[in-house]
Amino acid sequence: MCGIVGLFLKDKSLEPQLGSLLAGMLVTMTDRGPDSAGIAIYSNETKDQSKIVVQSDTPKTDFDGLEVALANASGVTVGMEVSSTHAVLSVPNGAIDAVRTAIAAVNPALRIMSRGDTLEIYKEVGLPKDVASRFAIDVMSGSHGIGHTRMATESAVTTMGAHPFNTGNDQCLVHNGSLSNHNSLRRKLRREGIHIETENDTEVGAAYLTWRMQNGATLGEALESSLTDLDGFFTFVVGTKDGFGVVRDPIACKPAVMAETEQYVAFGSEYRALVDLPGIETARVWEPEPATVYFWSHSEQPIKEEAA
Amino acid sequence: MQTLDMADIELREMNATLHAQAENTNQTAWEIKNPRGAHAIACGLDAPIEVTVKGSTGYYCGGMNKQATINIKGSAGPGVAENMMSGTVVIEGDASQYAGATGHGGLLVIKGNASSRCGISMKGIDIVVHGNIGHMSAFMAQSGNLVVCGDAGEALGDSLYEARLFVRGSVKSLGTDCVEKEMRPEHLEILADLLERSGADAKPEEFKRYGSARELYTFKIDNAY
Repeated sequence: MCGIVGLFLKDKSLEPQLGSLLAGMLVTMTDRGPDSAGIAIYSNETKDQSKIVVQSDTPKTDFDGLEVALANASGVTVGMEVSSTHAVLSVPNGAIDAVRTAIAAVNPALRIMSRGDTLEIYKEVGLPKDVASRFAIDVMSGSHGIGHTRMATESAVTTMGAHPFNTGNDQCLVHNGSLSNHNSLRRKLRREGIHIETENDTEVGAAYLTWRMQNGATLGEALESSLTDLDGFFTFVVGTKDGFGVVRDPIACKPAVMAETEQYVAFGSEYRALVDLPGIETARVWEPEPATVYFWSHSEQPIKEEAA
Repeated sequence: MQTLDMADIELREMNATLHAQAENTNQTAWEIKNPRGAHAIACGLDAPIEVTVKGSTGYYCGGMNKQATINIKGSAGPGVAENMMSGTVVIEGDASQYAGATGHGGLLVIKGNASSRCGISMKGIDIVVHGNIGHMSAFMAQSGNLVVCGDAGEALGDSLYEARLFVRGSVKSLGTDCVEKEMRPEHLEILADLLERSGADAKPEEFKRYGSARELYTFKIDNAY
């Protein structure tokens, strides 16, 4: 099973409500997967600053003085805001890699949840409502976000096995389904030098997109080639700095519903996830086609639908 | 008209109330408000009542229906009217995957589009779709009629048995052992009746008929045990 949701706002006046709308959508999907939950939110771009979100099972000790240690190790200013087991580090633009190296040196036990200019990923083991309240998702504002509640099938129930997966700066992925060629693909990608941490199938899907984009593919192209290179069942929702995309495998067993109004584009595993959105009664509601890449962006033309 | 508001009562109470309606009930008209995409609405009914759902439904609405008429004034989630035995289910909007799957009887009308696997393994149900249907529809369909006023997706009627498939528009591809067949007067008669009963604005002559070529392993008598 698993439940996935996504919300892309066109109307800026809804931005203060992004967190509460998205958390509400995800909580409705709880019975599709109670193992772990996560939300990626795109918000608060600060001039000249990027963000790295790190996680620790022992935040009290691990986060104490972390920003000072990282600043010393990396030679750049590091700000830190702790939220439960996660800490959002603010670093100068262009310093993400230097600070990641510093994190590995200062405390290799810290787990990196996300990196980018606007992306923040919060994910933990537990029910969506508990994860949402732990990180106070409902008071977050933002331009768009995606969420996932997991029923684990392919790997252990851990924080690192939770979705969304960060696939590159400001890029992330949630997945409903199961990939059947993830072991061979993981070996191949590792040979190509791609870092893959867990035995989780979705992480391989995320790493695949990263690898394709490192080799010059656009996100749309990477999603299209995923239709041939990934074997198994998937509905993916991906987030980028400017927008979000949806793609389903050609068999399309995993459910998907989309809704669009003047104010937003929304995705849910089920229609239930969308019923509390404003104006849903008059929204255009449809099921995305199999093997078709859909993409909405704030920066480019509003809609792209490409049959792959 | 009896009204059940799902903002006030639980799904089980709503279904139990409908299940309690006997063959000879006087309360024949029911309205369900605030379905909000809930699963299993009006499942397992077995009385000649008419239920109108005021909105969109989740998984398995109208599943296993006998006798009842169920109108969905919205779109339906996966598995609508799955394993229907008799009665009628009418959907104003679209239907998600495997609409009418394994249905034994009755009439399923989808006024919008149906997605993949519509009528998969149908066993006697009649399905009329005013719009298009998705891939793998009528896979292993055994009997009954599937009428599509729009287009059909890939692999229509794969491994088909005796069900009749009528498509007015294009067929992206036919599944294994599914072939176009001659439209005879008795087929036009079946079609005319189904189009009329489902309120479809189409003429029987505009359709093509598809059915089983009966060439697969299962049709060879030497393979029988």
